[in-house]
Amino acid sequence: MNTYPSSTFFSAPPEWGWLIVLYFFFGGLAGGCYFLAVLIDLFGRPEDRPLARLGYYIAFPCIVVSALLLTLDLGRPLRFWHMLIESNTYQPMFKYWSPMSVGSWAILIFGIFSLISFIGALIEDNRFDWRAGRRIRRPGVLSKLIALLGGFFAFFVAGYTGVLLSITNRPIWSDTPLLGMLFIVSAASISAALMLLLAHRSRFRMPAIAALQRMFGWVGILEFIVLIAVLISLGPVARAWLNAWGLLLFFGVILIGMLIPFALSWRRDWLGDLNRATAAALVLVGGFILRLVIVFSAQGV
Amino acid sequence: MAEPMGFYTDTTVCIGCKACEVACKEWNQLPSTNGGVNTLSGDSYDNTRRLDGIHWRHVKFIEQFTDTRQDGRWLLMSDVCKHCVQAPCLEVCPTGAITRTEFDTVVIQSDACNGCRDCISACPFGVIEVNPVSGTAQKCTLCYDRLQVGMEPACSKACPTQSIQFGKISDLRDRAQKRVEQLQQAGEKRAYLYGADDKILGGLNSFYLLVDKPEVYGLPPDPKMPTRNLASASLFHVFGAVVVGLMGLINFRNRGARLDDGEERP
Repeated sequence: MNTYPSSTFFSAPPEWGWLIVLYFFFGGLAGGCYFLAVLIDLFGRPEDRPLARLGYYIAFPCIVVSALLLTLDLGRPLRFWHMLIESNTYQPMFKYWSPMSVGSWAILIFGIFSLISFIGALIEDNRFDWRAGRRIRRPGVLSKLIALLGGFFAFFVAGYTGVLLSITNRPIWSDTPLLGMLFIVSAASISAALMLLLAHRSRFRMPAIAALQRMFGWVGILEFIVLIAVLISLGPVARAWLNAWGLLLFFGVILIGMLIPFALSWRRDWLGDLNRATAAALVLVGGFILRLVIVFSAQGV
Repeated sequence: MAEPMGFYTDTTVCIGCKACEVACKEWNQLPSTNGGVNTLSGDSYDNTRRLDGIHWRHVKFIEQFTDTRQDGRWLLMSDVCKHCVQAPCLEVCPTGAITRTEFDTVVIQSDACNGCRDCISACPFGVIEVNPVSGTAQKCTLCYDRLQVGMEPACSKACPTQSIQFGKISDLRDRAQKRVEQLQQAGEKRAYLYGADDKILGGLNSFYLLVDKPEVYGLPPDPKMPTRNLASASLFHVFGAVVVGLMGLINFRNRGARLDDGEERP
């Protein structure tokens, strides 16, 4: 009796539920789509621009939704600003060693950058006429600076949630240091999937689509490797997944979200035109289930 | 700063009366469970079951009986926030609501807490939870309001067997060590102190005399700070970002076809 694989098994669950699962999903999409857009922006061809703009169009609404989800999840939502300003002294509140503190600032700053890029994309698409705002469009030094800085915060937002989970004392979460890496790779995977799906719907035909498709495959393989590494790094704690959550992880994430999309990429004749779209949709589903399993399973221990 | 103050809990003299729980509830005006409806655990005489946002003291009933129930013993332990010298909750709190007082105790300021619950997942002892009335994370304050006016905490004041003793940490450690020696001389060789030295989180300002392994009492044998993973998790995060960034660079790179400044946009 009373044998525990880790000293983390005595902590209490923080009751982070569906709102946090959704936040992890939309936050991953926001960061992922933004940094993919930046990469296309900086390294792609002029004709790839609509795909970059698509990334910016996804990122801003997703980060707004993320901020709302996080606020609603608080026990006292109207005190959301306490994350940024110390309520007793009105001094800035920042702890570099607390991922939630750093993340709060990162979401704010990334939100500003994604708004600027969103407006820039609207101007470029001639959906929004603002003469002074034209400087934030490509090409130009300012646009590159925005892309670089925004891209940095996008990478942060896409993966810091995994680091946050590791900086706790809950089983699974704090028994591996790899969740940040898993989340950032997964963010790239689901974001590439969503952009490919929307590009497919809009019948985009630029060269970056092929590059994005290739990248989608690469990050998919990388995500699979990192997930296996997470399982290995958990050691005896991985036994905590010998239950329904483990089954969901296997069937929902590994099979539906990874192996079937891999197979669809290999056998392109299976579903014809729908092959790639189906693979992308399954990766999105798998990415959501991954976050669901990680958030809920550690709290049921 | 005043001398560090805290609790020494001698579990061998606890009788499970739960007077400490009641005194804590009364002094801190904590609401009743389930709106006052009696809820029985069904498998124990302990119906409180755990520490949470409205139970800042909890007397654990550890019922060790053989399958035939011919032999057995009760271990009773009044559990509470450990007021760790290196406090994981204080470390991660993103609002600054959790502070260290002049008595070296750890207090959550309810007016500053926004209920993010990061401290709950950080506490290795499972002490903190949200009080549904305030919507904020709450736990034992070591009766900070009473300490400020020279009174002792409500729970130790109410304890009829001196299982919970309050005082200066240095005095309590001496007293506890003598009690361990007394018990061992009397034949209870299993007696030892949990958290009295600085090996566990720099020392627990609420430490215990136990007669079985920590995990039997629901205490982690080797609790750690949440930031133990900060460097490695951050490095792996950065590594992941670099790998994904390089993949993007390799895939999207199209030298000679990039937009140059001044070029017309499509």
